[in-house]
Amino acid sequence: MSSKFDPRRRRFLGRGLAAASALLLSGCYDLTQKGWVRKTLVSAENLTRATQRAIAGRHTLAPEYSKADIAPVFRPNGTLNPGTDFYNALAANAFRDFRLEVTGLVDRPLKLSLADLRKMPARTQITRHDCVEGWSCIGQWKGVQLARILALAGPKDNARYVMFYCMDPMGDSDYGDDIRQVPFYYESLDLIEATHPQTILAYELNGKPLPVANGAPLRLRAERQLGYKQAKYVERIELVESFNHIQGGNGGYWEDQGYDWWGGI
Amino acid sequence: MTISDDTAAGARRSESSHGFAARAATLWSWILRFLKYGANSDPRKPHYFFRRHSGMVRTTHWINFVVITVMLMSGLQIFNAHPALYLGNTSDFAHPLLSLYAARAADGTMHGIAQLGPWHFDTTGILGLSNVDGQPTIRGFPEWATLPGVQWLAMGRRWHFFFAWLFAINGLAFAAYAFASRHFRRDLLPTAEDLRHLPREIVDHAKLKFAHGEDAKRYNSLQKLAYFIVLFVLGPLVLLTGLTMSPTLDSAFPFLPWIFGGRQTARTIHFACAFSFLGFFIIHIAMVFLSGTWNNLRSMITGNYAIEGDRHE
Repeated sequence: MSSKFDPRRRRFLGRGLAAASALLLSGCYDLTQKGWVRKTLVSAENLTRATQRAIAGRHTLAPEYSKADIAPVFRPNGTLNPGTDFYNALAANAFRDFRLEVTGLVDRPLKLSLADLRKMPARTQITRHDCVEGWSCIGQWKGVQLARILALAGPKDNARYVMFYCMDPMGDSDYGDDIRQVPFYYESLDLIEATHPQTILAYELNGKPLPVANGAPLRLRAERQLGYKQAKYVERIELVESFNHIQGGNGGYWEDQGYDWWGGI
Repeated sequence: MTISDDTAAGARRSESSHGFAARAATLWSWILRFLKYGANSDPRKPHYFFRRHSGMVRTTHWINFVVITVMLMSGLQIFNAHPALYLGNTSDFAHPLLSLYAARAADGTMHGIAQLGPWHFDTTGILGLSNVDGQPTIRGFPEWATLPGVQWLAMGRRWHFFFAWLFAINGLAFAAYAFASRHFRRDLLPTAEDLRHLPREIVDHAKLKFAHGEDAKRYNSLQKLAYFIVLFVLGPLVLLTGLTMSPTLDSAFPFLPWIFGGRQTARTIHFACAFSFLGFFIIHIAMVFLSGTWNNLRSMITGNYAIEGDRHE
């Protein structure tokens, strides 16, 4: 068999190679901008969530560590101080005027002071915080299991998600100049993660009152999830059926910036 | 059946003529011969086609090529969000095992630095500090190496975790096929004899002396070892260390961070695996090029591999 020079074949191969390398070099970024590509990529999140839920179930516990494993300084990330007049006034008075509100689809809306929360049974856990950026830090948290607070409030049958509204305003957002739309940090968990035994509203870190940089006076710990799910400076909890109508509609501040709602990996 | 005689003819023509055109023709015929048959092959010998790769191997190979490229580039995008590696469960931020950062020199200029243990290397332009739209920018890996190019962790994660599913499914499909079809036992699992041949094989590879004729029908011991390690050690390891970074999966399988010595160690191993893939990739492509580019490519596209000599079965 002797190969014959075929200009059409050669031209076709040449163009094919050129197109393939152009796609590989510059195309991926352009592809990322296309709606259907983004939608396809995002679709994997549901598969990941369903699979991880099926594997981990409701009650598997995140690893807990010993006191020797605690990091000397628990690395604060995101907002280090909300700095609003409202927050500064609360902090000046050691958060004695702070009230945690529980609202939405509940039988009994609540307003709880820090003293009220400290009187409730507490859970202490030494756990690993995994930031979405890749680093980890181990700290000891003490707080009230969210399940207890929810039980006090009595969720209605149609409640599916727990929203956490925070006191730190997020400056660099895409909401433009409309001041009413400037978002404060917020997050959400579904009821399975919210009622997990290690999901607590923590008021202590490493045996001391929660520092401002780490979310004083109250922050969420959801130990099977990444760091951005663990809202700091929590002041209001709302039970909802859906979060489609809240802010960007994706269930959290970072979720509205394109991060997965499922923070399990 | 021979593939082609035109390179041999070109070589003969050059013997009887002189001048620049003839020399160029000779050079071109050597290049063609090299691409077709690889180093130290004799294209004047007859060839026949041997079915080298099954459809399953070819399909999973090319899927993997795309998937690993995306995984590597999106992985570097994710790494750039915190370009440092640690050991253990908690990050010792003051003493990373490896880090990419930028620092200002005494003369006021910014430099990109790669730190590995006690060593610091100036890597300005590539690691730590590289140009984005013509502006020197602090970032771990440069724009051309990450997916997307711009600093965009959320989208890097979307690419990475979508293609992670393809990586796992494609890898499991290949493994199931390899065990069921005995491809694993027959072609990939290195035998004791293979290991004995290893030193000689390394010398032969270094001399670019490749197998021909009947010997070319089987993977040599170095190939077997490389494919075995990449497919059955690096593949599972990169997958497991990736899963170990998931806090949800660590709650289901607490032994995962335990066997790897902590989540941060797992992340470091994951990174080392990624660069082992890259290292394999570079050597693999060099070998494909040196040992008969077209023949190798054809065998991984159509399955047919040209063997020197007469068919005897």
